[in-house]
Amino acid sequence: MRTVLGRRYRFAASHRLHNPKFSAEENRRLYGKCNSPHGHGHNYVVEVMLAGPVDPATGMIANLGELDPFVEREVIEAFDHKYVNEEVAEFKNCVPTTENVCREIYRRLRKFAAARVERVRIEETSKNSFEIWGEEQIGFGAEKREREKEPNEDERSR
Amino acid sequence: MIRITRKAEFSAAHFYHNDAFSAEENRRIFGKCNNPHGHGHNYVVEVTVAGEPDAETGMVLDLKELKDILQREVLDRMDHKHLNYEVPELAGKVPTCENIAAAIWNLLEAKITQGKLDRVRLYESPDIFAECTA
Repeated sequence: MRTVLGRRYRFAASHRLHNPKFSAEENRRLYGKCNSPHGHGHNYVVEVMLAGPVDPATGMIANLGELDPFVEREVIEAFDHKYVNEEVAEFKNCVPTTENVCREIYRRLRKFAAARVERVRIEETSKNSFEIWGEEQIGFGAEKREREKEPNEDERSR
Repeated sequence: MIRITRKAEFSAAHFYHNDAFSAEENRRIFGKCNNPHGHGHNYVVEVTVAGEPDAETGMVLDLKELKDILQREVLDRMDHKHLNYEVPELAGKVPTCENIAAAIWNLLEAKITQGKLDRVRLYESPDIFAECTA
């Protein structure tokens, strides 16, 4: 039996899905209302899953007293109440789909030293979620990933 | 293979403290969870059992039976209890989400005889949880 620790955080941000390589008409066709020129926003949920041994002295995989300020500094301060396209440097030349936002947040969180960040799942709305696993994947995770992929693609409407 | 999940809720008190640490260390490591008077949560436990549905009943395991097992093994032991003092399975352990989830896994594993215990997810609050898998 293995144990992981999960913690959820929230931020609110705006974005616009638009790729300058495509024509205006193509952008509208591809991204639909998410291409609306002035952007729109979501209440994002960031779910962080940490793996590692449970320290017998503390009963913890990681101390949330360390994780919370780390996530606040690395993710919440950078994204909360921001226009992701313009105010998060990594998205200057990258379409801020939640797939890409999820990747970027994982990239920031994987630096956490006290435990291994096994997965990061972002809920863009209560109907859409996007999940990335670190490199060391296990059987359960691979299956779970596939299971969660299906409804996302059907239900996606940003 | 099909996975079936049953959810249950219980309310319990706990606090975090390790006698091996000084009072100051306990406060630093455990923060407000170290308050010796304890505090409480409405815990939510989701138990997942994996298996093939029986050809006759169409069920991996009757969810009513899973509900009864959860009642007997988990809720009767933990609901409206103080996890530091009243749950032998947690004796000598800091009753964190990680340790409670593992204790629930250990209580349930042998009791699930149809299908196989696949996952125990224990929520201390909607934003903090631990998950045990095989």
